[in-house]
Amino acid sequence: MRRGAGRRPLDWLLSGDRPGGRVLSLLLLAVLLGLAFAPFLFPGTRPLGVAARICIFIVLAASYDIMLGYTGIASFAHTMFFGMGAYGVAIALAKLPVGWDAVLLGAAAGVALAALVAILIGLLSLRVRAIFFSMITLAVASFALILATELRDLTGGEDGLTFSVPRLLTPGFRLAAEPVLGVRLDGRLVTYYLIFVLSLALFLAMLRIVNSPFGRVLQAIRENEFRAEALGYRTLVYRTLAGALSAALAALAGAMMALLLRYNGPAVTLSFDVMVDILLMVVIGGMGTLYGPVLGAVVLVMAEYYLQPAMAALSRSLAGWPVLPVLFHPDRWLLWLGVLFVLIVYFFPAGIVGSLRRQAR
Amino acid sequence: MAGAAPILETRDLTIRFGGHVAVDGVSCAFERGTLTAIVGPNGAGKTTYFNLISGQLRASAGAVLLKGAPITRLAAPARARLGLGRAFQLTNLFPNLNVLENVRLAVQARAGTGLDFLSMAARRRDLAARAEACLARVRLAERAHASAAALSHGDQRKLEVAILLALEPDIFMFDEPTAGMSVDEVPVILDLIEAIKREGDKTVLLVEHKMDVVRRLADRVIVLHNGALVADGEPAAVVASPIVQEAYLGIRTAP
Repeated sequence: MRRGAGRRPLDWLLSGDRPGGRVLSLLLLAVLLGLAFAPFLFPGTRPLGVAARICIFIVLAASYDIMLGYTGIASFAHTMFFGMGAYGVAIALAKLPVGWDAVLLGAAAGVALAALVAILIGLLSLRVRAIFFSMITLAVASFALILATELRDLTGGEDGLTFSVPRLLTPGFRLAAEPVLGVRLDGRLVTYYLIFVLSLALFLAMLRIVNSPFGRVLQAIRENEFRAEALGYRTLVYRTLAGALSAALAALAGAMMALLLRYNGPAVTLSFDVMVDILLMVVIGGMGTLYGPVLGAVVLVMAEYYLQPAMAALSRSLAGWPVLPVLFHPDRWLLWLGVLFVLIVYFFPAGIVGSLRRQAR
Repeated sequence: MAGAAPILETRDLTIRFGGHVAVDGVSCAFERGTLTAIVGPNGAGKTTYFNLISGQLRASAGAVLLKGAPITRLAAPARARLGLGRAFQLTNLFPNLNVLENVRLAVQARAGTGLDFLSMAARRRDLAARAEACLARVRLAERAHASAAALSHGDQRKLEVAILLALEPDIFMFDEPTAGMSVDEVPVILDLIEAIKREGDKTVLLVEHKMDVVRRLADRVIVLHNGALVADGEPAAVVASPIVQEAYLGIRTAP
């Protein structure tokens, strides 16, 4: 980095961590603008839901990257922390009088529980090595999933919890009587922008954390834990703190998810499908840089929502050809999603961001 | 020898791996401001002895005392913070971080700012300046932005030394610092060790194979053989002694 570059406001915001490369910068700018003006660019309830999901998954995948990409720790308990935040808000809103105090209380409880459990897992793993740590997180996450399904009175079991949100966030709420640029200023819009602004702030905060002296120690642990210890760093403390931070951020993403859906259940925030999604987002986008999970989240969420309709259109247009319409039938969407992932991992082993950065060099 | 406690001392320091005794009851005191060379054939236990002192290995028996206080039960990070600085024989760096970052991590460890997660590391000019100064001392300043993995073997050895300088330890532990270096690079490191020695209050432990280096730098030489301390004294006397001729140089002297 050039000397003195750190004084410009953009560098302050990005903590001196520029994306690197023109293509990558333009892509990220497009994502930022697309999300910032999503309600106006892509009107409708469904696109807004997709955009909100992208925001939430950016936070979730980026917080996972702090563990996987920066510290070099493979945890499978990230959805559990996501679920803790979601259940915190869901239970608070389902059991307490609906209001912002309940939202804040639920989110705070979820975040605190997530951080506490992450610290306990971190300390438990005092002497175990990487693979055993992963196994422990897998076991704890399975336990949490079972717990959430069994504690029916508290969590609603398999069915989950449906709840009301503060009036400001309900679809019936009107910010203004007249639409602006053809978009109704209702509670859905407020919910979206709440999620967008929070996600952006959390992302920038994470960017600061990974570029702080603390973040550099995490990278040192990833590179050579033995050497980091010889320099005097108590790596266990750093690993545990990284885990707690990452867990707390995942819980905040979960809290946003609950507010978005006005529902929470094990399939939405605790299932291992979500864990696989997060892993893919980080790997496809590029590990060890927070810009990777941004692109990974966009690609994955979009694929999940739009691959099926796109295939339906393709299948229709291929009508009359042999085999092809069957091959591209919308029911095969998971197959093609799989093919897509294999191709991406094969051609971009360092993730999208890694490949784009290498090209820019 | 009377007066202040030695800065570092090992008492009956022993480690066993299964039935093999790698370091066998080594008792030795190191005075502040001295440079002690540790010699011995391959497999004599020199690096293991180092690992026991700096905490990468825990002793099976015996004790390590730093400034008179036992540190035998402390882990490596705690010993490093107490002033035991270690450079490694096999290159032991942060390969995918750049050269400056490798050294800055050591400066940061010394300054105790590792837990600061709110400020931008790149804006801590004070830390970077100290790291750059250490790189300049080993003549690596112009490679500051190359990744550590991209350096030549000799430059990686220099980086290892720069990291040790950045830790500003009381005790410098060099494990064959010039091994694998080209002839013209060696003097940089030797001059540097000599400069550290001339500061007066720094203690240096040096594992070294080259006898000319030992003669030039050491105030004292100790010899390890099969994990045991077999000779201790002035460089000239120790190198000439029959036990070293036989144990270290493999020359069988007439009885």
